[in-house]
Amino acid sequence: MFSYYLKLAFKSIKRNPILSLLMVTAIALGIGASMTTITVNYLMSADPIPHKSQQLFYVQVDSWDPHNAFSDDSDDNNPPPNQLTWTDATNLMAAKKAPKQTAMAKSGGIIEPKGLDSKPFEASIRLNFADFFSMFDVPFLYGSGWDQQADNKRDLVVVLSKNINDKVFGGENSVGKDFVMAGKNFRVVGVMDNWQPVPKFYDILNGAFDEPEEVYMPFYLKEELELPNWGNTNCWKSPEGEGFKAFLRSECINFQMWVELPDLQAKADYLAFLDNYVAEQKSLGRFPRPLNNRLSDVMTWLDEQKVVEQDARLMLWLSFMFLLVCLLNTIGLLLAKFTGKAAEIGLRRAVGATKAELFKQHIIEAGCIGLLGGIAGLGLAVLGLQGIKSLYGDYVNNLSSLDGTMVVVALLLALVSSVLAGIYPTWRACNIAPASQLKSQ
Amino acid sequence: MSKTTAINWEVGPIFRALLRNKVGAVLIAIQIAVTMTIIVNSVFIIVERDQQMQRVSGIDEDNTFYLSSLGFGQNFNSKVAIQEDLNMLRNLPGVVDAMQINAIPLSGSGWSMGLQTKPGAEYDGVGTAVYMVDQNVLNTLDVELIAGEKFTATDIRWRDKSQGDWPDKIIITKALAVSLFPDEIWQSIVGKTVYINDVEPMTIGGIIDQLQAPWIGWDKVENVMLSPEQMDQDSTRYIIRTEPGRRDELMPQIEELLANSNKNRIIKGMRSLQETRERSYRSHTAIIKILSTIMVILTIVTALGIVGMATFSVNQRKKQIGTRRALGASQGAIVRYFMVENLIISTVGVVLGAMFTLGLNIVLVNVFNLDKIDWYYIPIGMIVLWLVGLIAVFAPAKRAANIPPALATRTV
Repeated sequence: MFSYYLKLAFKSIKRNPILSLLMVTAIALGIGASMTTITVNYLMSADPIPHKSQQLFYVQVDSWDPHNAFSDDSDDNNPPPNQLTWTDATNLMAAKKAPKQTAMAKSGGIIEPKGLDSKPFEASIRLNFADFFSMFDVPFLYGSGWDQQADNKRDLVVVLSKNINDKVFGGENSVGKDFVMAGKNFRVVGVMDNWQPVPKFYDILNGAFDEPEEVYMPFYLKEELELPNWGNTNCWKSPEGEGFKAFLRSECINFQMWVELPDLQAKADYLAFLDNYVAEQKSLGRFPRPLNNRLSDVMTWLDEQKVVEQDARLMLWLSFMFLLVCLLNTIGLLLAKFTGKAAEIGLRRAVGATKAELFKQHIIEAGCIGLLGGIAGLGLAVLGLQGIKSLYGDYVNNLSSLDGTMVVVALLLALVSSVLAGIYPTWRACNIAPASQLKSQ
Repeated sequence: MSKTTAINWEVGPIFRALLRNKVGAVLIAIQIAVTMTIIVNSVFIIVERDQQMQRVSGIDEDNTFYLSSLGFGQNFNSKVAIQEDLNMLRNLPGVVDAMQINAIPLSGSGWSMGLQTKPGAEYDGVGTAVYMVDQNVLNTLDVELIAGEKFTATDIRWRDKSQGDWPDKIIITKALAVSLFPDEIWQSIVGKTVYINDVEPMTIGGIIDQLQAPWIGWDKVENVMLSPEQMDQDSTRYIIRTEPGRRDELMPQIEELLANSNKNRIIKGMRSLQETRERSYRSHTAIIKILSTIMVILTIVTALGIVGMATFSVNQRKKQIGTRRALGASQGAIVRYFMVENLIISTVGVVLGAMFTLGLNIVLVNVFNLDKIDWYYIPIGMIVLWLVGLIAVFAPAKRAANIPPALATRTV
């Protein structure tokens, strides 16, 4: 029966082409608009490292001004500072209380490629510890990260992004080769494969959807090479003394830290360690504020820092209302259409079709219209995402592609909403008294 | 043509007829209500964003651009390079003025500090953006000094890479002057002392009319302090103002001149202020375009829905219409019937719409911190949606009027 009803549905759709087109268009527009915004929101709020996001924790300790709490975009009215000082980052790293841990910072420098015809250029640097690569599942094309000895010995080693390796070494295996950056001679130990976590969860404070950095080197080289601060730097107290070292040892925050903790017990232990650490620092005259340390797992941290743009959420709401209008429209039109078929329905009832059969037939028709609308809506969503890309530029490059899940969601949304829209008109149609229709025939 | 009868609008019978087909009418009314809710709130958001975009930065945006110079290697002497660069830039034909600066208005990244009128960590400061500039600042940025004195060459000091202290004399914007000393006339503030880093005193040497901080979303975007210093850094930024209309021609020339004048550095990040504005306000522009598109499509969808339903109801009532025509109703009376019917539905729709609009606005205020909607948006929205309904129903009504009376005598 199903295929017969399908055939009937398409016949009926073809019989009123304009009305059908109106309905399909309405659903397509509604689905197109909602899918565009759903996709952007879905990608913005995606879990960038699903199998591990509950084991990775962002570390915060409250080293801020005794008179004023740190302030950021979060709803918290007493948030600890969103980054660490150099002193705390290096102390916590030296304590090594977590199975895996990495402090990190953003910097930049000038690369001087070999060969006379290639010009020097500037590239971004991530300063991190050896654990960074395994904690965040960084994929490697050649070689690997450095080891913990290299961290402590401040070895001049680098891991390159694929892009930089292509640019400087023409894409060949550059492991073991020399690499000149910030005036120093480095040795390449690894080349990453394409890596683009969305959101860029490990450093959302400097552009949650930015590209990952181009060159990775041991954290302590910050001090050794006096590398500049890129990204946000906040101070509540000016550095004591002049020069790079004084600034590094100041209460200014420019460093971030993640730890990997396998279970809740480990988390509780680490938090206790942080509290101890702060108590110790208090006795040294630092940390004037009340104890306020945090360990936030990946999704909590992303949520707190409002990674999903407000405008995106606003658009999501409005697009759902838009879909509602389109559905109301479809209900009205279906009602009109099915009422127009009253005579036919009456005839079928008279020759023995049950209400249930008629209901099935018309719901299938509504579903067909919905699916057609859904397919057209997917096309519109692709256009919509292109539009978003052209309006927002590079920023949304990683936020505007439909994946398999989204295609399924779109078709389901179209099907479910059109069937919902079809229920009332169908119910009305099935309740037509056959006699009243047959009279006028 | 002697008798003039008052037109009978037949509201009563039309309304009673409507009640017999409630669902269709209710659907249209809700559709109108939701459409109005989206449209009115969208217009409100658009107007708000547009007003933010209309704020002026205070500088000569059309003729200004900037670029970064990054020195590298042992042979690079930043002080010498900066002096040479500035001499060259300022003497170029077509360049009005140029200087070194630490941050660019509208660009989104910069330096902020807190200023306070009493020394001591226990007092709260007023946040301000800091631009490090030299004696050419007024001409380069095209800002006007409205009180006090401008910087002279002797006021300008060199600031080392990680130097923490501040110069003795600064210039501030009028907005900052007012927020620092809310109880005094701003002209009288020249010569007063403010404190930076809690205790370090600085004298206010002058006041400029207007200049924006780098962060367009900051609520104190007009708070700016000019600090008379040049930065002794390998990586530095120049802001260059050209004669009107010569910017695009000078940009590539200057980039090349600078790149060639010193091989121990690279020039990067050249951008006009106009482009910087476009980038910074990109999400505003985008929202405005998206919402406008949504509004247009939504209006069309709703109008087509009304057309569809009206056409359907005309088709349903062909026989009645024929009968009415046969009994003497004029074509005008038939058109009027459908118009009045639509008017009743639309009125219910826009009244509901007014309530929904307010409701959504309250939600937006709470969830997204938007402003409260101005009351007059609502009556305007109601009138517009009303008109849309009337226009949409006109064609089907016209068609209904053309149904021949003879139809009443036929059976289908």
